[in-house]
Amino acid sequence: MDPTSEQLLWMYEKMVEIREYEETMAKVYLEGKLPPKIQKGLAFDIGAGPVPGEMHLAAGQEPVAVGVCAHLRREDTVVGAHRPHHFAIAKDVDLLAMTSEMFGKENGLGKGKGGHMHLFDPAVKFSCSGIVGAGAPQACGAALAAKKLGKDWVAVSFFGEGAANQGSFHEALNLASLWKLPVIFVCEDNKYGISVEKSASTAIASNADRAAGYGMPGVLVDKNDAVAVFAAAGEAVARARRGEGPTLIEVKTDRYLGHFQGDPETYRPKNEAQHLRENDPINVLGAQLRERGELDDAKDAALRSTVSVRVQAAYEHARNSPYPAPEDALLHVFAD
Amino acid sequence: MSTATKVRTLTMAEAVSEGISQEMERDNRVFVMGEDIGKYGGIFSATTGLLDKFGPDRIMDTPISETGFMGTAIGAAAEGLRPISELMFVDFFGVCFDQIYNHLAKNTYMSGGNVKLPVVITTGIGGGYNDAAQHSQCLYATFAHMPGLKVVVPSNAYDAKGLMIQAIRDDNPVVFMYHKGIMGLSWMSYFEGSTNEVPAEPYTIPFGQAKVVREGKDLTIVTLSQMVQKSLLAADKLAAEGIDVEIVDLRTLVPLDKETVLRSVGKTGRVLIADEDYLSFGVSGEIAAIIAEQLNHLQLKAPVRRLAVPDVPIPFSRPLEQFAIPQVDSIADAVRALMQLNLD
Repeated sequence: MDPTSEQLLWMYEKMVEIREYEETMAKVYLEGKLPPKIQKGLAFDIGAGPVPGEMHLAAGQEPVAVGVCAHLRREDTVVGAHRPHHFAIAKDVDLLAMTSEMFGKENGLGKGKGGHMHLFDPAVKFSCSGIVGAGAPQACGAALAAKKLGKDWVAVSFFGEGAANQGSFHEALNLASLWKLPVIFVCEDNKYGISVEKSASTAIASNADRAAGYGMPGVLVDKNDAVAVFAAAGEAVARARRGEGPTLIEVKTDRYLGHFQGDPETYRPKNEAQHLRENDPINVLGAQLRERGELDDAKDAALRSTVSVRVQAAYEHARNSPYPAPEDALLHVFAD
Repeated sequence: MSTATKVRTLTMAEAVSEGISQEMERDNRVFVMGEDIGKYGGIFSATTGLLDKFGPDRIMDTPISETGFMGTAIGAAAEGLRPISELMFVDFFGVCFDQIYNHLAKNTYMSGGNVKLPVVITTGIGGGYNDAAQHSQCLYATFAHMPGLKVVVPSNAYDAKGLMIQAIRDDNPVVFMYHKGIMGLSWMSYFEGSTNEVPAEPYTIPFGQAKVVREGKDLTIVTLSQMVQKSLLAADKLAAEGIDVEIVDLRTLVPLDKETVLRSVGKTGRVLIADEDYLSFGVSGEIAAIIAEQLNHLQLKAPVRRLAVPDVPIPFSRPLEQFAIPQVDSIADAVRALMQLNLD
């Protein structure tokens, strides 16, 4: 399945947006955390600054999100994982409310109760979870609902290669195939589960091979390339919409930054991330667009400027928004 | 002119199943998932007859895959459906608790109230039939401890039906815990007080309303589930000895009706908490703490006493199990001892 020029441009713009979002966050996140001031020997204070808590960024992993979401509609469900920003942006989650949430502000998606790993935007059917592997069964539920409601909606579960060793992953694959649910399971193999290399955690080289054990197609996308992901996802989404059941896709992707910000990354070669950036998927797609005559320097600059305005506006909005009243901590344990 | 209300005597299992059935007729978003809930009708008969009535699309037997189908219930509920998901024995929560307490219980809160998850988890609890440590627990305190789950623990058929319909209509996750030894099963002896009159029409019982199931003036037993039936039998014995016991059936733990507890304790001045869950860090401690927090308003005649499983796993052998789980006689003994105790 070949993308149209419009789809290629959409993927390119979204990848640029995700990259700018993540690189901005990498800087904002460090505000107030460095240099150590509070206690002697403290290198970094995770709870300080405008964006406290853990922060898992997806720079480098953009092709997975855009290649899949290019096929999705508003009514399709996406369940992301603990590193969720690229999926959220590709699924058109409200950027202002999402950023406010990460700042813990009252106008955030969860009114400041979730933070960056727990983003819920029911308007575009997006959710994610900080628990590795937990989303796969929930995507099955969304798919079951689509089936029961007689809709051709699909559900996508995104997760990392580390999650493919969780029981929840295997239970979800079995259920999805057993009930022929319109689910696409998308495994992002960024090589590391925090510090542990895939070769040390996973008994086989490709998780796509595990699909056979559940009677569904397994597809390996062995390069970090938006067009390649687009092709694999296109087949899978179409199959799901036709009522033919789930597909498992694994994509070899690259994590440019640490597992979380502040990760000393002692487990990988010092220049690995730098080396990975030499074949950056945004540049690859940009070059393709230029070859097709869809992009030139002026158009690229205009596109990047528009994206930058949008992203920076979201950060300004979040920064300038008020915190919730402390006692609002007591609200929303139950729905009204 | 009032229409004649048809009232029958039903077992608690029949009442649960009838409540589910009537809600499924009313609302086509309601469906049931779980192990052996279809052809078998539920191991504890909570879904008997429903497959024939509603078919396999709405009465869905699942693989033995609790994480898989609990997560599926969450995902389906987020899309606006209203799943009832059966955890056959509550003891099996260990294989799927991440979905329950990290997601089902928290997603509404973490979304600032934007996500509603109307899931009812039905689950069998309790011992008394020698099923040992992995199939005999109550564990309602564990579920009640986690914010975000409503916890329903009925003691009889009438309450079970009304609370079940209330649970299905609630927009929040509800854990509906039925004690196997009061379901009125044909293969397990049960306490007959749980089989009672149930109107044929649908009706609801609001959560957070405890019920004084026996009025008395000397001492209050605060209790729930099967232990209500045991306490009623103990109270009959004690009445013959001149001890007049009041019994408060909590009916739901979340929300908890503190007022009814405090009113009764204020009236009798003596309280025994009778519980089939573990003693420490549980329901009995919670009720005792609520009373302790009100001692500036309450006049107690004796210290609070608790009767519960003495912090051991439920043993298999009959004499061991009957020792570990409070029985009618041990409740009566505890009441007699408490009547001898006085403050000052």
